[in-house]
Amino acid sequence: MLRFILTRLGMAIPTLLIVALTVFLLVRLIPGDPASLMLGDMASQSSLAALRAQLGLDRPIPVQFVIWIGQILKGDFGHSIATGQPVLGLVIDRFETSATIVVIGVFLASVVAVPAGLIAAWRQNSAIDLLFVGTATVLLSIPSFWLGLLLLLLFGLKLQWLPVVGYVSFSTSPVMASVYLIMPVATLVLHESGVLVRMARASALEVLRLDYVTHARAKGLSEGAVLRRHVFRNSFGPTWTLIGLVLGNLLAGIAVVETVFTIPGIGRLLVDSIFARDYPVIQGCMLFIAFVYVLINLVVDLFYPLFDPKVAQA
Amino acid sequence: MRLPSLNTVLGATIVSLIVGAGLVAMVWTPYDPLKLDFLARLAPPSAHHLLGTDEFGRDVLSRLMRAATTSVWISILTVCASILAGTALGLVTGYMRGWTDRILMMFNDALLAFPGILLALGLLSVVGANMYGIILALGLAYTPLVTRVVRGAVLSLKEKEFIEASRVLGNSESFTMVRHVLPNCIAPLIVLATSMFGWVLLAESALSFLGLGVPPPAPTWGNMLAESRTYISQAAWLGIFPGLCISLALLGINLLGDALRDRLDPHMRGL
Repeated sequence: MLRFILTRLGMAIPTLLIVALTVFLLVRLIPGDPASLMLGDMASQSSLAALRAQLGLDRPIPVQFVIWIGQILKGDFGHSIATGQPVLGLVIDRFETSATIVVIGVFLASVVAVPAGLIAAWRQNSAIDLLFVGTATVLLSIPSFWLGLLLLLLFGLKLQWLPVVGYVSFSTSPVMASVYLIMPVATLVLHESGVLVRMARASALEVLRLDYVTHARAKGLSEGAVLRRHVFRNSFGPTWTLIGLVLGNLLAGIAVVETVFTIPGIGRLLVDSIFARDYPVIQGCMLFIAFVYVLINLVVDLFYPLFDPKVAQA
Repeated sequence: MRLPSLNTVLGATIVSLIVGAGLVAMVWTPYDPLKLDFLARLAPPSAHHLLGTDEFGRDVLSRLMRAATTSVWISILTVCASILAGTALGLVTGYMRGWTDRILMMFNDALLAFPGILLALGLLSVVGANMYGIILALGLAYTPLVTRVVRGAVLSLKEKEFIEASRVLGNSESFTMVRHVLPNCIAPLIVLATSMFGWVLLAESALSFLGLGVPPPAPTWGNMLAESRTYISQAAWLGIFPGLCISLALLGINLLGDALRDRLDPHMRGL
């Protein structure tokens, strides 16, 4: 078990390094020198040269990369060109907002979708199965930003039950925060449960065909016990991995939902800084999201042996 | 002969409708999708304008049709580009092994550690938001996945007897690769390409919605939805029809993908 954990941790380090290298090179490819972007058109040659020296832009690219990594490891992600704020603080602040929505959304989606998938598989080809799979396929085909827009149109504008746009943080007012969160979270729950139902169903179907399920039934176990103890435990693995992937992908894809509901999250921060060519913020957001993505997958893998002890021994 | 499944029929019908609309729009649309008509601003759906008009009096149906052309075209080019690049890389790395393979795959796996849309956003900040920028960014973002899939197929095929037989017969490595290995990678590639078509279409719409897609005034489903937000309380149809188009297109592709997977992937057969 310890060896499994260490191997998995060791695998994450080169990945993170290459992720950092990619983000670094990507921003170097952006047309325009960061120094001239920061100082504007009116800057003199000497002040440009001074800033370049200060930022290390006059050194060779590999040296710049090493300096940059060193700063990142110290927690210095640089400062925003547009506002002058430290990037790390800005990114973490916005990330909290996005993470709240994404984590609640994916949690609720899993709670709904996993049992639904199990039931659909258990009654394969019945009316219930057809209903669940059909609904899931339709839900996963609806883009989250349109689903959000429809909810907004119905509950915000027509029925006027919920506030249309904006965000209140939990620390300001937990009640208001929950009210503002209902629609964005509902959007994610509806969309993601479509993906998860199909996965849970497909892996449950594979397990239901196996001999030990027949055996468990022959022993006289109730259907509920067979599903819970044998089918669920043995089929949850792939769904668990998918939950991790969905969580990570949402952190990157959340920008569209944040746009619909005007929520100041990390996705919107990234898109706005792409418009503003605020390269330290672009770099910070990308690195941070990719880092969290790798971390989530790591945690998912480390918990995997809980559902499937075979993995740890392999 | 087995009857085609409901998935196949429904999926194929929807996809051909969308592609058909896109093709027709290349030569004919009811109105000029870019023509402004300030007398008919925000007109609700009627006999004149079947799906209404937008804030500039442009015909929504015509814009949706033209947007289908753009989306389908971008999706096809992107999928082709990343399938070609990924297949070439996958064949080479699967065959060569050694240090080149290890280093290439290390980079490939690290790129897979980025969510696709994040990599595309990063690349878009470099190449700029326009049609070819999007194709390049999305194509590059999805190539590592294709490489992984092809490499996996090549690695398992290499051990099969018929590949060995081809070598024993004296065929060159490159002949064996193109003649025997490649055709056996086609089935997983078709399944992957179908899903990718859906992902790219969704990603392109999402980028357009964020303002990072094909620049206006050219219509895309995504930027029509984005523009509709301002007028949604007076003109709900502006926010409904473009989203319906994206959802239908994705539904069609997903159904078709399921049907193809049932046929081509023996592991999933009967599930």
